[in-house]
Parts: sequence; C-alpha cells; structure tokens
Amino acid sequence: MKVFDIRNNGLEEMRKCSGEEITLTGCLGERYIGCGMKDGILHVEGTPGNALASYLDGGTVYVDGNAQDAAADTMNAGLLAVKGSAGDALAYGMRGGRVYVLGDAGYRAGVHMKAYEEHRSILVIGGRAGSFLGEYLAGGIIIVLGMGYEGRSITGYFCGNGMYAGTIYLRTETEPLNLSDKLIRRSVGEKEKEDILRPIITDFASVFSIPAEQCIEGSFIAIEADKSKSYSQLYAAV
Amino acid sequence: MKKEGEVRISSGCAISGIFCRDGRRLTGEAIKKSISVMHNRSNGLGGGFAAYGIYPQYKDFFALHIFYDSPSAREEAERFLDRRFDIINLSKIPVRQTPRIPDAPLIWRYFITPLPHLLHDSQLDEDEYTSRAMIRINDSIKGAYVVSCGKDMGVFKAVGYPEDVADFYRLEEYEGYSWTAHGRYPTNTPGWWAGSHPFSLLDLSVVHNGEISSYDANRRAVEMYGYSCNLLTDTEVITYILDYLTRKQGLTLEECSKVIAAPFWTTISIKDEKERKTLSYLRKMFSSFLITGPFSILVGFSGGMMALNDRLKLRSLVAAEKGNTVYFSSEEAAIRAIEKDPDRIWAPRGGEAVIVTLVKEEGR
Repeated sequence: MKVFDIRNNGLEEMRKCSGEEITLTGCLGERYIGCGMKDGILHVEGTPGNALASYLDGGTVYVDGNAQDAAADTMNAGLLAVKGSAGDALAYGMRGGRVYVLGDAGYRAGVHMKAYEEHRSILVIGGRAGSFLGEYLAGGIIIVLGMGYEGRSITGYFCGNGMYAGTIYLRTETEPLNLSDKLIRRSVGEKEKEDILRPIITDFASVFSIPAEQCIEGSFIAIEADKSKSYSQLYAAV
Repeated sequence: MKKEGEVRISSGCAISGIFCRDGRRLTGEAIKKSISVMHNRSNGLGGGFAAYGIYPQYKDFFALHIFYDSPSAREEAERFLDRRFDIINLSKIPVRQTPRIPDAPLIWRYFITPLPHLLHDSQLDEDEYTSRAMIRINDSIKGAYVVSCGKDMGVFKAVGYPEDVADFYRLEEYEGYSWTAHGRYPTNTPGWWAGSHPFSLLDLSVVHNGEISSYDANRRAVEMYGYSCNLLTDTEVITYILDYLTRKQGLTLEECSKVIAAPFWTTISIKDEKERKTLSYLRKMFSSFLITGPFSILVGFSGGMMALNDRLKLRSLVAAEKGNTVYFSSEEAAIRAIEKDPDRIWAPRGGEAVIVTLVKEEGR
C-alpha cells in the first residue's frame, strides 16, 4: 500500500493511484478529502477537514481519528468509516452507501437522507447523536447504538422532526426528548432486529473489528413518520 | 468578473481561543498558528485578536487602543481624554509594516485613570465613568474609534488575514494568559478596520462566527440603555448586551447565556420546575436580548473566557483541554495544530455555555 503525506505530496501523484489502496497521513483541516471518489480504498490519518468524502461515489474511506463538519455530504455510494467522532451535518442528503461512525455524531446527522430504487442509505453511529438527528428524513436507515452512554439520552432535541419516510433505530429504552406528534415510536421486535438490524450492525462491528454482540445486545426503539398525519395535508386538505 | 457581494462563496468566519487556567502566559504565536489553519474560512477582509494579561506593569489603568483616521481626530480625542483622565502613558502601538496589511489608520495606545475629583463628582464608579467616555468618543469624534478600553487587556485588529494581522501587530512580543482570535468573512457589512473583530468594551471582548437575525431589535434595546452602535456590524451589539447584563443587571455569564441563547419554550417545558422557573424568568425579563440566527462566540473577560453557540448550533464550535489549558475553535484541526494530543475534545451543545476561569477566580 502506498503512503502519501498531504503536506509533501501533490495531488497529481495521488491521482495516479486511482482505484488502489492508499494511506494519506498528516491531515490537518484540509477540505474535500475523498470527495466524489468512485473506487479504491483511502485511509486517512490526522484530522481531515470539512466535507470529507462528500459526494462519495463508490470508494471506501477509513478515518483513523475524528471527522469535522459535513462529512459524507450528499454521498451516493461506498463506505465512510470514522473511528473517532464526526462533527455537525454528517451524511446530509445522503442518497446511498454506508456511513459508520464509531464515536459520536454532532448536530443534524442524517438530515434529509434518502432511498430510491435499489439505493438505501445507511448511517450507524456507535455513540450518541446531537439534536435534529434525521430531520426531514426521506428514506434509509439511521441506527444509534449509544455505546458509552448506557442509561442516558443518546439523542438531543427534535429527533426526526419533519421526517416522512425511512426509520431511525435507537438502542435505548428512553424515548427521545420532545418527540414530534407527527412521529410514531415503537419497540423493535426480535424478528425485525434479526432481519434488519443484525446484518447492518454485524457489518459495522467487523469494519471496526469489535465484537458484534456488544453492539446489538439490548432493546431498540424505532421512530417513523405517522402516515395518518401526512404532511401532504399540512397545506392543502386532499 | 463579479464583485464581492454578487457571488456566493460558501465559507464562514473562523474563531479560536486559548485560555490558561493556571495564569501561565503565552505569546501570540500559538493563537496565530491555530487561526491560520482556518485561513480558508476568512477572505482577508478582517482579522483580529484579544489578549488578556498583557500589561501587568499597567494593570490598574484602563488600556485604550484607538484607531484614528487623521491627526486632527487624534488631537480632538486626546483633548477629550485629557479633560477627564490622567494619561499615565501614551504611544503609538508598534507595528511591523507588511504589504499584506495596507491602509492602516493611526494606531495609538493610552494608559489612563479617571481624574479623581471628576470621578467623585460624577457619582459613578470608574467602569461606568470610563465606558461612557469611550462610547462618547466613538459616537461623537469623527474618525476616532476606541477598539478596546479594558484593564490589562487589548484588542489588535485590522483588515487582512488573521495571521498577517498577528505579524503586523508583532503579537509574538506580547504575553497573555488568554487569547481569542477571529478570521473574518463579512457577508452583510463592509470589511473595515474598526469593523473587524474582536469587539470590546471595558474588559469584555467578543469574537463571533455567524450573523444576528435579531440585530436591529437588539440594537434598539441596548441603545435605550446608553450604548451606541457605530461600527456597522452585528457583533458589536453582543458586546453591549453582555456588558449591560453582567455589569448593570448583575447577571452571571451562565445566566446571560440563557438570555441570549434562550432555549425554545418546548425545551423549557420539559425541564424540572426550578430550572423551568429560572429559564422562563430570564426569557421573559430580558426578551429583547434574545439573539436569533446562527452564532458561535468566544467572550473574553478579565480572568476568564466563555464559549457559546446559538441554541440550534448553526455554527461549529469545538472545545478541548490539556492539563490547565483550554482550547476553543471553529474546527478541531485548529486545536490539533497547537495541541496534538488533548486530554479531552468535545463539541459543546447549542446554547450550552462553557465558561473557564483562572483557578483562583470563581464566579462571574
């Protein structure tokens, strides 16, 4: 595997390695790393800047430390895996692929994520998420595992506000604070947990080389839009 | 090519702060290094620093940093000062000329103390006496701008990128226990010398990333209490609001944070009764000082620093600590640039003030 230092090596050299597996060291706030990457594997060391892996289009990006704001913005396909925590507006408008964060996510994670045709965006947060998690969610799956926050709130305020499709799964027994009355909250049964959550969480655990069982044990709640209170009736009675 | 203001460049200001709880004093080099990592967040139309603990030999006197557009503005301001204060020392602030910081005004520094008999006759305390005089200079002497007037602190600002501003003011020659920095990307108002951040009154200083939607309502409210907004930018009003709430209303900075970044009523309604009562009181009593719109701010004051986000956290803010040193910044990278391995690094929640003080000084 080739190793580049962002301070010494030019972009041209890295572009020649399109489709290969490379490591990029010494990152300190540089924006747009891995932006639009179609294939190959990129290991990022240091603290990459904003808009990391934005528009990611099939490539794989591993981050050793923390990610800043707007990681995986409008991502299309591929995998972003962050071993530390992510900043605000993670996976904004994501349209497909997987975003795994082992630590915490900031405010507005997964806002307006989507699913269409065979694409289904998946966001898994190992720790806790900030306020406005999954706001305006339009499709896909968000899972928050709350590791390290047992018995405490794992989301902030306004979780799932304005969502109209997709599902937010929270590994907690406490309902999020001030949940909108346009949302329903239900417990997740064994079958749904096995069929939907287990494959995703097993993949999450294997990416970070941690035991899957510690990520999946315990009970989950699911939050979804209440179809009987459709937003289509908000402005015009049909 | 389109002019500035006609194109939308997605960027934002940058802020950074370093605070040594043990009172250890650092030169301006560390804060310069930190803010320069975020060069791309600003566009060269403003940069500045506030430093505390830099004038120990004059710590009992008000330190004035003043910009003058002309020698006549200086003469007029000095006559004004001379009638009301003992001027202990005056000098030009030493600068290092650089082509990256053109069109500098005259930049002067004074150490002053109110004339005792006038202070006595005014029946004011020295802070109020001095702040009124400074507001009057900004308001009525054309071409004179007091950019800071606190004790044992000072503001160094200019039109340029922050790292160039640090070189211009030779900040490596100053030592302070507390530093804040700002890189400006003006969106609604002109980039000019006195309009750069920090904005300061007495020992309070504010650097701000964001914009205040409620600016005019806030401005009208503070102007009722004798303040005057002259610097053509929204951040100025935050400084006056905090001065009013702490110095005149006796609020703690923690309470101030619940006024300017008051939680939503829906959030207040789910708090326990005691907290609900306090939060409701502060929101109702000081409703004109609620600041809406996105902001992350660092507030410097004698012996401490506060970091605060708007209640929705619409601007980024990261905090870290290593031993007795506390760091705040718009981006984690700007902290890692000067402290590779912090003991703890976290993102404060929206509306949640982080207040740090010198180990000996508690409260405020």
